[in-house]
Amino acid sequence: MPDLLLELFSEEIPARMQAKAADDLRRMVTDKLVAEGLVYEGAKAFATPRRLALTVHGIPARQPDLKTERRGPKIGAPDAAVQGFLKATGLTSLDEAKIQKDAKGDFYIALIEKPGRAAIDVVAEILPVIIRTFPWPKSMRWGARSAKSGSLSWVRPLHSIIATFGLETEEPDVVKFSVDGIEAGQTTYGHRFMAPGAISVRRFEDYEAKLKAAKVILDPQARKDIIVEDAKELAFAQGLELVEDQVLVDEVSGLVEWPVVMMGSFEKEFLSIPDEVIRATIRNNQKCFVVRDPKTGKLTNKFVLTANIEAPDGGKTIVAGNERVIRPRLSDAKFFYETDLKTRLEDRLPKFEQIVFHEKLGTQAARIKRIEALAAEIAPLVGADVEKTKRAARLAKADLLTEVVGEFPELQGLMGKYYALAQGEDASVAAASEEHWKPQGPTDRVPTDPVSVAVALADKLDTLVGFWAIDEKPTGSKDPYALRRAALGVVRLIVENELRFSLLVALKAAGRTTARTLASLTFENLRPLIRNVAKQTANAEIAIAVVEGFGNDPARESQRDAIADSIVDGIVDLLAFFADRLKVQLRDQGARHDLVDAVFSLGGQDDLLLVVRRVEALGKFLDSDDGKNLLAGTKRASNILSIEEKKDKRSFDGAPDAALYKLDEEKALAAAIDQVKSEASAAVAKEDFAAAMSAMAKLRPAVDAFFDKVKVNDDDPKVRENRLKLLNEIRAATRAVADFSRIEG
Amino acid sequence: MDALPDHMRPERSFQGFILALQRFWAEQGCVILQPYDMEMGAGTFHPATTLRALGPKPWNAAYVQPSRRPKDGRYGENPNRLQHYYQFQVIMKPSPPNLQDLYLKSLAAIGIDSAIHDIRFVEDDWESPTLGAWGLGWECWCDGMEVSQFTYFQQVAGVECAPVAGELTYGLERLAMYVQGVDRVYDLNFNGREGAEKVTYGDVFLQAEQEYSRHNFEYADTTMLFEQFRMAEEACRKYLAAGWQESKSPGGNSKEHLMALPAYDQCIKASHVFNLLDARGVISVTERQSYIARVRDLAKACGEAWIHTETGRAV
Repeated sequence: MPDLLLELFSEEIPARMQAKAADDLRRMVTDKLVAEGLVYEGAKAFATPRRLALTVHGIPARQPDLKTERRGPKIGAPDAAVQGFLKATGLTSLDEAKIQKDAKGDFYIALIEKPGRAAIDVVAEILPVIIRTFPWPKSMRWGARSAKSGSLSWVRPLHSIIATFGLETEEPDVVKFSVDGIEAGQTTYGHRFMAPGAISVRRFEDYEAKLKAAKVILDPQARKDIIVEDAKELAFAQGLELVEDQVLVDEVSGLVEWPVVMMGSFEKEFLSIPDEVIRATIRNNQKCFVVRDPKTGKLTNKFVLTANIEAPDGGKTIVAGNERVIRPRLSDAKFFYETDLKTRLEDRLPKFEQIVFHEKLGTQAARIKRIEALAAEIAPLVGADVEKTKRAARLAKADLLTEVVGEFPELQGLMGKYYALAQGEDASVAAASEEHWKPQGPTDRVPTDPVSVAVALADKLDTLVGFWAIDEKPTGSKDPYALRRAALGVVRLIVENELRFSLLVALKAAGRTTARTLASLTFENLRPLIRNVAKQTANAEIAIAVVEGFGNDPARESQRDAIADSIVDGIVDLLAFFADRLKVQLRDQGARHDLVDAVFSLGGQDDLLLVVRRVEALGKFLDSDDGKNLLAGTKRASNILSIEEKKDKRSFDGAPDAALYKLDEEKALAAAIDQVKSEASAAVAKEDFAAAMSAMAKLRPAVDAFFDKVKVNDDDPKVRENRLKLLNEIRAATRAVADFSRIEG
Repeated sequence: MDALPDHMRPERSFQGFILALQRFWAEQGCVILQPYDMEMGAGTFHPATTLRALGPKPWNAAYVQPSRRPKDGRYGENPNRLQHYYQFQVIMKPSPPNLQDLYLKSLAAIGIDSAIHDIRFVEDDWESPTLGAWGLGWECWCDGMEVSQFTYFQQVAGVECAPVAGELTYGLERLAMYVQGVDRVYDLNFNGREGAEKVTYGDVFLQAEQEYSRHNFEYADTTMLFEQFRMAEEACRKYLAAGWQESKSPGGNSKEHLMALPAYDQCIKASHVFNLLDARGVISVTERQSYIARVRDLAKACGEAWIHTETGRAV
């Protein structure tokens, strides 16, 4: 069966867009082929800086013929209907139609055969549409044609298109189409500098081979392999080790068609800069790799660059050029680092007064004060030293104002730690600069030092309470302030550090600090407004009086109430949000979703660690025979109850009357419930959930025996009511550990 | 290439370097203009780019533009940061299909051979919030150093470019340093002579860098500058308003504009005054956005006026 080769040759495509573009091209073309009844055998797409290419093999030469039946009018229908039917189906007379009987009578049926078209014609129709609707993240117009509307948009100017279609054994045909003046053909071009000439190709196999001969490696994976292997080799030859960096490999492989890896060096004096700063400088600005000494694990004064050409001088000029660029870059970095060291972190804080964190949540300075106050309240709850925690919270964000972090935002926190250590801060205080940002996601490391934990919790809780108070919650896929990540961070900090921690207490504390900010902000916001009024009326005195008087104005009181309300509502809502995050987290770890629900449904669960423990114990219990049977018994009791409750339109709350028990099994169940209730509650009070579950297990034989021997719906309505109350007691007893009605199975 | 005397060779002298670029682009049919006679932050502000990029009429031009970046001053102490430097600007409308090749040939003309240097086109989307302009293109790398900006304008002064113009901007000092092999901008050989006759970039500009850094950061009169900003803004609006009139050309009730260029001068002025105020640190973060928006509004209004002038409008 025939194969399709497609190449879209353009000016340089941004590296970050290449992989997705190749994938989009493959998906769009093959989806469309399948939709046209052309089921292919295989497809693969490739990208280089200057081309997207696609090979689809095993495409049928023709579409299958399509046979459809179309029902027409009844026999004897008016002539207009018959004529319409003939016209719509292309029949010349009714003699060509079949007649079909059904319940409503005899109808004409037209058999329409639509012969499949040659696949190459279908492809010629599909491709221009795909090219015109290609989903580039950003596209542009160019050249003389851009004067007219409807001109082609592409990621960068598109120069030529190859589209061939044919059998392996034959000379393939060019798929005839053109897009905005570019005719599809079979010509491409080699490497921009080393083999810029035109190349005529027939099909994928000679296309890939001829490109390789013209110094273009089509497959991005092959380019990546070359870069990594050669870079490792170069480092190894000098007894060194490449610092591997997948993201950088991906990017660099999208900047070259013919990777040539070389090593350069820089002055040793720059090794006095922290390794991370050297790496960020060389990586971000120059797209080069750094190299370390395997004996010390420290960086050496070497770097690895990837050029796009094999130069006749062996690359000497290129290496020297890159070294000349890296030198001033490192020199800047060193200067930044040394400049930063001259200012103590606390001396940077006043500048935060000028930096707005969020328009409605005030300045960074206000935020840092809130975090400090909140961290001080949290510290005793997590076993952290209060004074150290306050100090850590005060300094944790200060590195945001340093030169190095300004230049390399990804080094935030880490630089804070270096600068804190350099100015002689306590190790825990310094560590918190880096650690309080963590964890940044479900797999990031969770800090364990109590000082870091307290500051990390305070930072995240302040963010959450603040954004909830101003009603900027995440919706659907939109979460611009990464609030889900912050909440998951809180969950992981608590659970993985096994902290006993009342979220409600902490949220209330965050609520108080946030309220103070919001109150002062609404007040401050009025100032410029009033100042404007003052300017316009030229009566500053009145305006000032209004500002001063605002403090005692009852309107401000109601504003304060509104602020308090929004915060309280936010906190209630936040507790549910945390429950959701925990659910996601536990589910990802394999816990049953319904068990988490069964525990949260008890209400008042703000101690996440206890929730987790309860869920664990519940899971184990339900894996045992006792657990399974008790669950079945409880479900049975619940089912009977809900049926009877519906029938009688009442509930059966309240204690059963011992005097109405007629059978031993009733009495035994009542006794078991009493015993289990008190044992389970006592165990829960001691937070010994395993013991609570064992106590629950004792309920099982009594429940089983009850359902075995006792008919709930006794003829005596009083006995019946009493038995239903007893069933209700089973349900109530199990609530000591979880809401069994939420458990599935 | 003609046999140039040594002191005129682009790898020997800064002025020879500039002349080589001018000559190359002249040969491609560009009008070689002289710098615009106003202070501006980049060659893009020159009306030969900003305004001429608009409208359907073809336009090919190249010129050197002194660029003022008050904040980048370093009192002459940094080896490559300057508050005043030269950009070489090329604009071709519509963008020719071989613009990348022309660019590479221009590099060859100033002594950068793409057989031994690693030339790369690295994604860089250009946007000027003050000009209400954006385009897609690259920063052009030579052996890991950014040496030019290459942009296909999509929108300028709030107006869609139809057709699209291609813009090239060369950082002249940086490129010349690379070609001459010097690490400090002030060591550039300006006139290509040696010994007593040699004039360096430092001889020409070091004192200016020191004096202007002092001025930009410490002494620029902010009261005056605030007032100048206000005045430039007001004048721009005044000239724009006065320039509109009903079209006299037959068959239309369309409007035309008679003073787009003088109005645009005031926009350039406002932009530079803003940069000075910014360098003096007297504009807060929030105010900054609003000043940028005010300049952009002027630029957009000028663009709108320009496309109603003789040169700017559709034929």
